[in-house]
Amino acid sequence: MMEGLKEAAAKGFAAARFEELVKKGHGRTFSIMEVCGTHTMSIAKYGIKTILPAGIRLVSGPGCPVCVTCQGYIDAASDIARRKEVIMTTFGDMVKVPGSGGSLADARAEGADVRVVYSPLDCIRIASENPHMQVVFLSIGFETTTPATALMIMNSRRLGLRNLSILSGNKTLPAVLEMVASDEGRSIDGFLYPGHVSVITGIASYERISDRFGIPGVVTGFEPMDILHAVFLLLTNIINGNNTVINAYSRVVRNEGNIKARTITDEVFEACDAYWRGIGKVPGSGLKLRDKFKDMDAWKIFDMIETESAEPTGCICGSVIMGRASPEECGLFGKTCTPDDPSGPCMVSSEGACAAAFRYGR
Amino acid sequence: MCLAVPGKVISIEGGTGLIDFTGVKRKASLELLENVTVGEYVIVHAGCAIERLDEEEALKTIALFKELSGSDDI
Repeated sequence: MMEGLKEAAAKGFAAARFEELVKKGHGRTFSIMEVCGTHTMSIAKYGIKTILPAGIRLVSGPGCPVCVTCQGYIDAASDIARRKEVIMTTFGDMVKVPGSGGSLADARAEGADVRVVYSPLDCIRIASENPHMQVVFLSIGFETTTPATALMIMNSRRLGLRNLSILSGNKTLPAVLEMVASDEGRSIDGFLYPGHVSVITGIASYERISDRFGIPGVVTGFEPMDILHAVFLLLTNIINGNNTVINAYSRVVRNEGNIKARTITDEVFEACDAYWRGIGKVPGSGLKLRDKFKDMDAWKIFDMIETESAEPTGCICGSVIMGRASPEECGLFGKTCTPDDPSGPCMVSSEGACAAAFRYGR
Repeated sequence: MCLAVPGKVISIEGGTGLIDFTGVKRKASLELLENVTVGEYVIVHAGCAIERLDEEEALKTIALFKELSGSDDI
């Protein structure tokens, strides 16, 4: 239905209109933050920053769920994975993330059964086929992904499976967006809001941010024209002092979001505090299994807690995640930290800011 | 991580749909939506259809982008 749009067409759009707008802004620099790993990647892949005129600064925020997962989570996961009775299932980009004592790939090399899944629902089949093993799913993700995991939990319960659990590390964005918006050390003039998170959540939390902090936003899709058009709309609103939220991805995002998906999520999960790598504690931004699902809660089954640990020396992923530093400002970037041998999560995750900068060089 | 891909529902069995992603066919759960019918377009993330594509909005977007870029090549 919608085909990918060519960079050339996008460039044609950008050149004329953005120059006009930047002139209206009288030489001011505008900072626009995106909070979605897929936006980070799309922006890098399509060379969006090279198309935009100087004066428009695109910053990556904490939008990559793998990047904001603490080392302590990886350590707990590795510990569980190494147990002989466990099959660990995970999304692919978690496998190489280093914890304080190595990654899941390292555990696998030592004999742990670690399997990549595309969907949390795949775990049901794996658990059914391996009734004598404990299948433990590394549950990471923002609001786009959590409903699929919640569905898996409910279906597993309905099927009477007794050997499937999750290590919950799911997070929600509103609290961390408010933290960024209220951070006095920075000035974000506008937000590009994540298109697919918004499919689930709708736009209510963004309207609260624009009301409270006076920062406008645009819900943005992932084609190059989606991103350029969204930046254009956002810049127009910033310059005109309009603190509104525009849904520019209305072909899939409903303003009210997906109520059924949220209902299913609420049935299974409840809010808790969470630690975001590089940021620290963000109250109320995590999700844990409700007590009625405690028999599927790997934190409880394996008696694990998520401990805090120090970043590797020289790693500034925390600053990169908050948009305070660019990948190129890290002393390890491209030298000791590369996609083949990553030091921190921003390079490991296929959607991390450092991986994007390294891969596309722009 | 938030990659979601649009596809057409070509058959439904219980809560599972067979989705055609421009030639590649994969199953996806339809349990996060209500009353999905064959022939509809949905976007799929992590094995689940998370929303329908609104055809009217999609056509408006295509027309808008064509106009903005001054190009028919979209």
